[in-house]
Amino acid sequence: MAAPFRISRTDRVVEWLVTVAGMSGLVVLLLMLVFIAREALPLLFDHDVSFAKLFLPQAVREGRPPAWVWQPISRVPKISVVPLIIGSLKVTGVAMVLAAPVGIAAAVFSAEFAPPRLREVIKPVVELLAGIPSVVLGFFALMVLASALQSLFDWPYRLNAIVAGVAMALAIVPIVFTVTEDALRAVPGSYREASFALGATRWDTAWRIVLPAAAPGVLGALVLGFGRAVGETMIVLMASGNAAIVSARLSDSTRTLSATIAAEMGEVVPGSTHTSLLYFLGVMLFVVNLVLNGTVGAWARNRVQRARGR
Amino acid sequence: MLLAVLAAPAAAGTITIKGSDTLVGLSQRWARAFSRKHPDITVQITGGGSGTGLAALESGATDIATSSHPLGEEEQARLAAKLGHAPIVVPVVRDSVAFFVNAKNPVRALSLEQLRDVLLGDVARWSAFGGPDRQIITYTRESTSGTYGFVKERVLHDEDFASTLQPLEGTGAVVNAVSHEPWAMGFGGTAFARNVRVLAVRIGDEEVLPTSENVMSGKYPLSRQLYFYVPVHPSADTAAFLEFVRSPEGQAIADRAGFLPLQ
Repeated sequence: MAAPFRISRTDRVVEWLVTVAGMSGLVVLLLMLVFIAREALPLLFDHDVSFAKLFLPQAVREGRPPAWVWQPISRVPKISVVPLIIGSLKVTGVAMVLAAPVGIAAAVFSAEFAPPRLREVIKPVVELLAGIPSVVLGFFALMVLASALQSLFDWPYRLNAIVAGVAMALAIVPIVFTVTEDALRAVPGSYREASFALGATRWDTAWRIVLPAAAPGVLGALVLGFGRAVGETMIVLMASGNAAIVSARLSDSTRTLSATIAAEMGEVVPGSTHTSLLYFLGVMLFVVNLVLNGTVGAWARNRVQRARGR
Repeated sequence: MLLAVLAAPAAAGTITIKGSDTLVGLSQRWARAFSRKHPDITVQITGGGSGTGLAALESGATDIATSSHPLGEEEQARLAAKLGHAPIVVPVVRDSVAFFVNAKNPVRALSLEQLRDVLLGDVARWSAFGGPDRQIITYTRESTSGTYGFVKERVLHDEDFASTLQPLEGTGAVVNAVSHEPWAMGFGGTAFARNVRVLAVRIGDEEVLPTSENVMSGKYPLSRQLYFYVPVHPSADTAAFLEFVRSPEGQAIADRAGFLPLQ
């Protein structure tokens, strides 16, 4: 007699718990954004900060052309975020150029060509790569990769955007691989059968039919990888050299947005302009990811739904 | 708030020391010797830079802040406002700041003006100093470091380091990088020099190395005192530790670690 009552109550409690868990992600995200933005807000009313100082070249030394310089602790603080944005783009660019082809090619192999037994080995092993802590990748880049690459290419800077980018590529290949692989395998088998029936080879089928059909998913994979690369901190902090240099050379030392927050948060005076600036860097990282995931991610989901409807 | 609670000074029987990375190794040696005499007292030591130590002293998170520079007026005012009084400044040891190059580098000495040119980014290649035509790769420290502040003040006359300099965590990391890269240069406490060449500073026609004689006589220009900062009313344990550090025994330990005793 008591049993049905107990079950329904358990039901309700569990339902409530699941709802709370489901909503917590959304709430945390909103709270984060509000909190970070609030901490960065004082910049708007700070006389030491202006759009020009943040984004346009400024006079740094007498007799020198204006330049973008990040040196927030100084008699005259220089707060241009341009070197940091360039740094983030350089490292992320190198990482994406390496990780995208490798990740996608590996996914095509695993989904379209690999015998099932081999696939059952490849997929978990590559996904295991994603579990390597970034500090370990950073340490590897710092101690091993940097010296090896320097002796190969004779770069003046041992730690630079390429070293950090290569290590970062190791971190994002598994992401690109896993998501792409899932997208390829979600393409209906009938597509492949139709292609084979028309006499196409396996390669033609994979390249011309399956990959285009999975394109939105692949794009989603790249966006996820990009997001991870832009925000990743430990690898760049350890392997990029952290000099905020404005240049086009990838073999120059470089300082990223995320590494700047990590390196400088310990030294800021609470409530100072410098603190707000670091939060502003955080807002930029946050917004880049939000916008990318919101636009490209939404577009990709839309494409997938349309394809299913057709 | 939570952080402040978590970081509150440890209970009686322990002394926490935080700050200058230059002093971490020496403080550990002092602490080991001190703990042998006072087995009931534990000493906990962390680095982070002189600025970090002062911030911890300000928030009450440490008993002793170590620093490689004397308190500025602004810092003194801020601490006084927070603690109700300015902290006691205790010089504990002398050291000198040396410029390091790789052992393969043929350059032996640079003048202060030449060092300044390199750190400001005005001179970028070793060929300017009679070395090979290779780029000078310069390492520096993060801006919390007292050593960074010292070089900025004494060599750069408060101008800014060039943005091509790569900041590293700790003098040990700088020495390690310079020892592995043939055309690198860095700076830090002379006591840290291992497997690198210490550059002499050229003054007039003379090349002055940071030997103990040259530092004690004031001939080597880049020497400084290192300090402990403590609140006006330190605990009995902290006071005992300070006394030990300044005793002949404590100063002898500093001497063995490559630092110079106070006069």
